[in-house]
Amino acid sequence: MTPVELTKCDSASPFAKGGLRGISTAQPCAIDVRGLNKHFGDKHVVQDLSLQVRQGEIFGFLGPNGSGKTTSIRMLCGLLTPDSGAGQCLGYDVIRETAAIKRHVGYMTQRFSLWEDLTIRENLDFIARMYGMKNRTQAVNAVLLKLGLEERRNQLAGALSGGWKQRLALAACMMHEPQLLLLDEPTAGVDPKARREFWDEIHQLAAQGISVLVSTHYMDEAERCHKLAYIARGKLLITGTIQQVIASQQLVAWEVSGDGGLQALAAQLRALPAVEQVTAFGSRLHVIGTDAAQLDAALQPFRQQSAFQWEQIDAGLEDVFISLMERHTRQQGAT
Amino acid sequence: MTLGASFARLWGIAMKEFIQLRRDRLTFGMIVGIPIMQLLLFGFAINSDPKHLPTAINVQDNSVFTRTFIRSLENTGYFQILQQVQSEAEADRLLAEGEVQFVVNIPPDFSRQLVRGERPAILLEADATDPAATSNALASLVSVGQSVLNRDLTGSLAKLRPTDAPFEVRIHRRYNAEGITQYNIVPGLMGVILTMTMVLMTGLAMTRERERGTFENLLATPAKPLEVMVGKIVPYIMIGLVQMTLILLAAKFIFGVPFQGSLALLYAVSLLFIAANLTLGMTFSTIARNQLQAMQMTFFFFLPSILLSGFMFPFRGMPEWAQVIGNVLPLTHFLRLVRGILLKGNGLVEIWPHVWPIVLFTVVIVALGAKFYKRTLD
Repeated sequence: MTPVELTKCDSASPFAKGGLRGISTAQPCAIDVRGLNKHFGDKHVVQDLSLQVRQGEIFGFLGPNGSGKTTSIRMLCGLLTPDSGAGQCLGYDVIRETAAIKRHVGYMTQRFSLWEDLTIRENLDFIARMYGMKNRTQAVNAVLLKLGLEERRNQLAGALSGGWKQRLALAACMMHEPQLLLLDEPTAGVDPKARREFWDEIHQLAAQGISVLVSTHYMDEAERCHKLAYIARGKLLITGTIQQVIASQQLVAWEVSGDGGLQALAAQLRALPAVEQVTAFGSRLHVIGTDAAQLDAALQPFRQQSAFQWEQIDAGLEDVFISLMERHTRQQGAT
Repeated sequence: MTLGASFARLWGIAMKEFIQLRRDRLTFGMIVGIPIMQLLLFGFAINSDPKHLPTAINVQDNSVFTRTFIRSLENTGYFQILQQVQSEAEADRLLAEGEVQFVVNIPPDFSRQLVRGERPAILLEADATDPAATSNALASLVSVGQSVLNRDLTGSLAKLRPTDAPFEVRIHRRYNAEGITQYNIVPGLMGVILTMTMVLMTGLAMTRERERGTFENLLATPAKPLEVMVGKIVPYIMIGLVQMTLILLAAKFIFGVPFQGSLALLYAVSLLFIAANLTLGMTFSTIARNQLQAMQMTFFFFLPSILLSGFMFPFRGMPEWAQVIGNVLPLTHFLRLVRGILLKGNGLVEIWPHVWPIVLFTVVIVALGAKFYKRTLD
């Protein structure tokens, strides 16, 4: 399957060196890479990755575990060298100018990677020194105040809870005022309230013109992104806005609701060739297919059963991704 | 990128290492504890010139000559007569069981043969499984044999006295006249302790970052390999100097090792030696994947350093190829430097032949380390 490309960037990016950096004429690209490949041994971890992220855009990066999300992000910020491919990050070459990229990009690792045996303040101070910040003390104090960590600044980072660690890590990668944030599953294991606050902050940053590439497993987070990309087994399967992604798959969805007997019904429905997915949600089932006419015909006999209510609904993002992945797996199996 | 900015980063890394080190109580304890413990342990324990070795005698002939001989054996200080055995079988058993180190056999008609001028033989059996333990004792026997009976061979027996050699050999034991082992061991221990702690601690420095996942964060910042490596080394240089001072204080006030040469020169060469070990540890740490591997590499290096440097065994006693390996090791040269400065009062001119090999070693290792330092996670 060829990736559906719905994004095009302006070729004359103002991020290009010598250009008017930061002044938006058309929407410039913060990330513009084409054909990136990465192998680990004989494993082809990332295959022909092409990605365009515009300035001020929140770009969601989705895909199952081990699909190559982290590897892709590491290639974008210069931590891994691509085997082939080319492109730019903030106008700097991703292969030759990694030093410049590191100075202007904020990267938040999947695992908490600040120093647990340093205090919050010492961690921030160290990061500030590494970026050679001039008004270091002020910057660190400002971050502490903003995070509400003033009181606990002398506490060891290792003693923080998951939510606080994540906020500290975000603050640390934001301190040098990067124009592009690469966030690798930043909200894994964080409670819903903290997650919402985190996303509010991401939106504020985007409004200031900072571009964000964020990988996640959560559909509610995916829905808060301007644009999405879905990657499976190292291959980018689709990119686009939520509406574009959903529309492109042309899924037909039915919701069945009723009390009791839903499990038996689900088993029967799964056996139908026209039905692609059957998912249970409490006392409801979602039945998904790709061909509206075939699905309609196949479901006709079941809809006569009076015990359940049938209603056609819009397919959700999750349905689209699961459908995409299953089709991709089938294709891989076939070849 | 200006030079100032990169120095700021280097200093930032050094500060971070200091803070982490301060919080790591166990490592901190090791820094002070290891030198003192090893120094006291080995300084007092190791003696390459053992005395009062257990000896049994099997005397079949009790005469003035044999009594004088036994007495003078004891007077050498090497032999301590434990018992008189009755048979050869019993003597064999004592030797085999390790009860005694030596058995002295004097045959029944020793005195009669001596008086007749027949040159009778005394058999000294030694447990020579450890040559170092017996060699000095055996060497002392030569002079005993030469002169012991002179006083008893009087009158008509005087002609049996051994004739004097036509010339005299005078021995002048310089730098350590009394042959005190500690004068040799204590300065040597300084090199051994620095090698172990310096290589090990820096060996762990980078692999620790990798194991904890903080290396990814460090790599994502603009910090350059040289800044990271040097920044991580700086705190350990100071630790090395602290350790050295501790050892020197102990050498002076506990072991009474003479300080003949310049203390400033000693610190200067020690700084060089510390740098050599730190860069090696840092290079190990860039190659090793985890702390365990770094530790294994340290010991892989540490063992030949101890055995082939001349710390444990005489360097000149080793075959050519072993001396070649030994000459590559910084410890070999450092031992000569320390002993040279402390005991011989050497100056810069005399020690230069042992300075440049350490410099060369350091330069090569730094180059290797910079080559292996991974800028990426590949």
